[in-house]
Amino acid sequence: MTSYVPHTQEEKQEILASMHLNSMEELFCHIPEQVRLKELLQIPLGKSEMEVKTQINALAQKNKVFPTIFRGAGAYRHFIPAVVKQMASREEFVTAYTPYQAEISQGILQSIFEYQTMICSLTGMDAANASVYDGATAAAEAMNMCRSPKKKKVLIAATANPQVIATMQTYAYSFDMEIGLIPQKNGKTDLTALSQLLDDSISCVYIASPNYYGQIEDCGKIAQLIHAAGSIYIAGCNPISLGLLQTPAAMGADIAVGEGQPLGLPLGFGGPYLGFMACKSAMMRKLPGRIVGQTVDADGKTAYVLTLQAREQHIRREKAASNICSNQALCALTAGIYLAAMGPNGLKEVANLCLQKAHYAATEMQKISGFQLVYDGPFFHEFVTKCPIPVEKVMTALEEKNILGGLPLNGALDNCILWCFTECNSKEEIDTLIQILKEVT
Amino acid sequence: MQQQQKLIFEKSVSGRRCTQLPACDIENKTALPQDLLREEAPLLPEIAEVDLVRHYMALSRKAHGVDNGFYPLGSCTMKYNPRLNEEVAAMPGFTDIHPLQPTASVQGALKVMQLLQQYLAEITGMDAVTLQPAAGAQGEWTGLLLIKAYHEAHGEQNRTKILIPDSAHGTNPASAAMCGFQVVHVPCTEDGFVDVAALRSLAGPDTAGLMLTNPNTLGLFEKDSLEMADIIHKAGGLLYYDGANLNAIMGIARPGDLGFDVCHLNLHKTFSTPHGGGGPGSGPVGCKKALSPYLPNPIVEDENGQLTLNFDNPNSIGQVKAFYGNFLVYLKAFTYILSSGADGLKQASQGAVLNANYMLYQLKEIFHLNNTFPCMHEFVLSMEDLKEETGVSAMDVAKALLDYGIHPPTMYFPLIVPEALMVEPTETENKETLDFAIETFRKIKEEAFADSAKLHQYPLQTPVRRLDEVQAARKPILKYQKSENQ
Repeated sequence: MTSYVPHTQEEKQEILASMHLNSMEELFCHIPEQVRLKELLQIPLGKSEMEVKTQINALAQKNKVFPTIFRGAGAYRHFIPAVVKQMASREEFVTAYTPYQAEISQGILQSIFEYQTMICSLTGMDAANASVYDGATAAAEAMNMCRSPKKKKVLIAATANPQVIATMQTYAYSFDMEIGLIPQKNGKTDLTALSQLLDDSISCVYIASPNYYGQIEDCGKIAQLIHAAGSIYIAGCNPISLGLLQTPAAMGADIAVGEGQPLGLPLGFGGPYLGFMACKSAMMRKLPGRIVGQTVDADGKTAYVLTLQAREQHIRREKAASNICSNQALCALTAGIYLAAMGPNGLKEVANLCLQKAHYAATEMQKISGFQLVYDGPFFHEFVTKCPIPVEKVMTALEEKNILGGLPLNGALDNCILWCFTECNSKEEIDTLIQILKEVT
Repeated sequence: MQQQQKLIFEKSVSGRRCTQLPACDIENKTALPQDLLREEAPLLPEIAEVDLVRHYMALSRKAHGVDNGFYPLGSCTMKYNPRLNEEVAAMPGFTDIHPLQPTASVQGALKVMQLLQQYLAEITGMDAVTLQPAAGAQGEWTGLLLIKAYHEAHGEQNRTKILIPDSAHGTNPASAAMCGFQVVHVPCTEDGFVDVAALRSLAGPDTAGLMLTNPNTLGLFEKDSLEMADIIHKAGGLLYYDGANLNAIMGIARPGDLGFDVCHLNLHKTFSTPHGGGGPGSGPVGCKKALSPYLPNPIVEDENGQLTLNFDNPNSIGQVKAFYGNFLVYLKAFTYILSSGADGLKQASQGAVLNANYMLYQLKEIFHLNNTFPCMHEFVLSMEDLKEETGVSAMDVAKALLDYGIHPPTMYFPLIVPEALMVEPTETENKETLDFAIETFRKIKEEAFADSAKLHQYPLQTPVRRLDEVQAARKPILKYQKSENQ
């Protein structure tokens, strides 16, 4: 057994004796006798580090790591610089709790302040929080920011990521809010439908751009329609795309949210990821969770501290803006280091590489009979194609070559494929993909 | 005084680079329409790799984790985070798998989920477990949604009230409010236990459930918890167990056996995964069979030896976040459970309770307190008398501890104890550390009587001194702004 308890048997006895106790059992005397376990739990006995590592390594080997991935749909493989992983692994960051004691937590507080600055700058917004669980809960928390007794309805674009829609639906059930889906037209939000659905019962509208299908939405027009109806525009965004694309704020969004995983976090089978949230200053005090602000210490020195805590659960209890306590701080730190390592030019280059690779792949796929693009609007690094043969055949052929193909879609897009390309995909890899697609069809 | 730490933006020099990217190997470049492109580059630093490293090294030196020293932060279970867990969570077989890969290609990850669900169910005495909630508060909310869905399915929409003791964590009432429940406060008796008579009078046909932290936030086992379970169940309500304090009872007693119907666990507390400066955590939820149809999607299922993810559970409350929870976090907890085993987990809880009592036994004496002894894995000191006699508050004592390299206990919580300091040493601290902390408390107390003015000044040795929190909230500066003359 691996024990992380340092005491020897003698020390345990010594400590018990110092309190005039004879046995460990006496410490648990307040637990009713009838519920005290008489035997050990039915889980295996402890093992040595070597044995555990061998056992888990065997499990890791049962997962297939694809050297080439053309699948995104909410989780993206990007290059992670060594410096990002190593700096984010510093034990002082990793093993600290929430920075309640600001005097000994300036490093963490400053890193969050810098992260908030970067998120504000990427999105064009005035204020950002220190993170929420992921992009899906960020969208749900944004919806919560817009709750009002009179406006119980929320509109969500049908073009949004299904994971985000599903999560928002659960939160809406909890908040007793009603969700309406805005239909799509040619892979983008149908603006006519949107304006018909908008009325004064709609508290907010969530639309992501680039959307689930990779299409860039008509954000400017969307903002006009939403604001004309007196509603709030929650813009979902991909942070890498913002190296290149217009900011949500400039497009007229009131709240910007998104999945921060592309900023230096591994795929990790879906988590931990990073929900980022930013908004205009008018809504600043409705942001959920931790926020770091600048202040001074007793000597007048600039310092950072958790602030606007009157929004939070430990002060306001049932009247809090949200119940969130633990967030994704280490993921936010990682994203901050990633953005610092990239800088404005690096981020733009990553975004441009994604754009170029995806468009090259799309162009080449068009040349294969049956793989035409389903939608024709501008896109970033994802797009949907048809597939002339059963999609499983394509996936199997790719998997045999250690390639994870695009995501097979269903419903109205049955037998279509959602492809994703990033800076990690070389032209050679894309050419191989095209070759295999030609061969299987 | 230490040198002022510049923000990373203030170190930026136009044209400097850290990470270089490969040149674009695509010849015919695509350009997006101009109106889709951002006009201004984002404010990100331009900095060389060595300077980036030194920046974050400097920041890390101004942070304090369990690896730096004793961290007896009550209710947070700041136990040692084993290194093996970190190594496991960095294995490419786990870090580099896509959540939407075919399930046949992620059988190892699904096996981790299945086994962990099984182990956590056994540890808590529950029938089913979901790993999806990302943190304790999300676990609470998920568990309460199960209760809400259960009552609705049984035609009892009128059960709108959740009973919560005054001593509860702030997340409890906040989570209940998020589910649309009305929060009813249950008073505590003078010795810190739930007032059972009051509970009996509050429970009724509108009761959806009771949320209970046990051991409670005073570090005491709710001795009447079986009776409380009976009261709530007879009223037709359900019992929610807040697992924040599970570290006291692993292998000793189980929430399920105590009559609880649903519980959440904080894997980042009890199961040794690091807190990361505030997260990511992991807050699995366990429940009894009657509530399992409502668990979030997807559920890991075994189809003739092949593990799959089932998204089609008709009664599920739905997804509470994207994908399957904080996988790389609960992988660490899984590693911890394998390492510790049934025997090690029990020893961990025994050690946690032993250490807490060792500290309580001596601190009671030093501060002349009449706390109940023995306590469970944590205890609450009241500095009320000290403040009365010397003017030195719980805050002053906490800030003095900083200069001794000890992270202060949780301050001013629970709210029912005046001038509270909530101490949770955990099982991973040795006797010398505990003795040092006890001695430090004694010194601080003596200094409070000798020179109380000095106590208001602490800390003196930290990178910054006490902060002006009022100014931070009154005139919020939440991001760096490039000054005009730069």
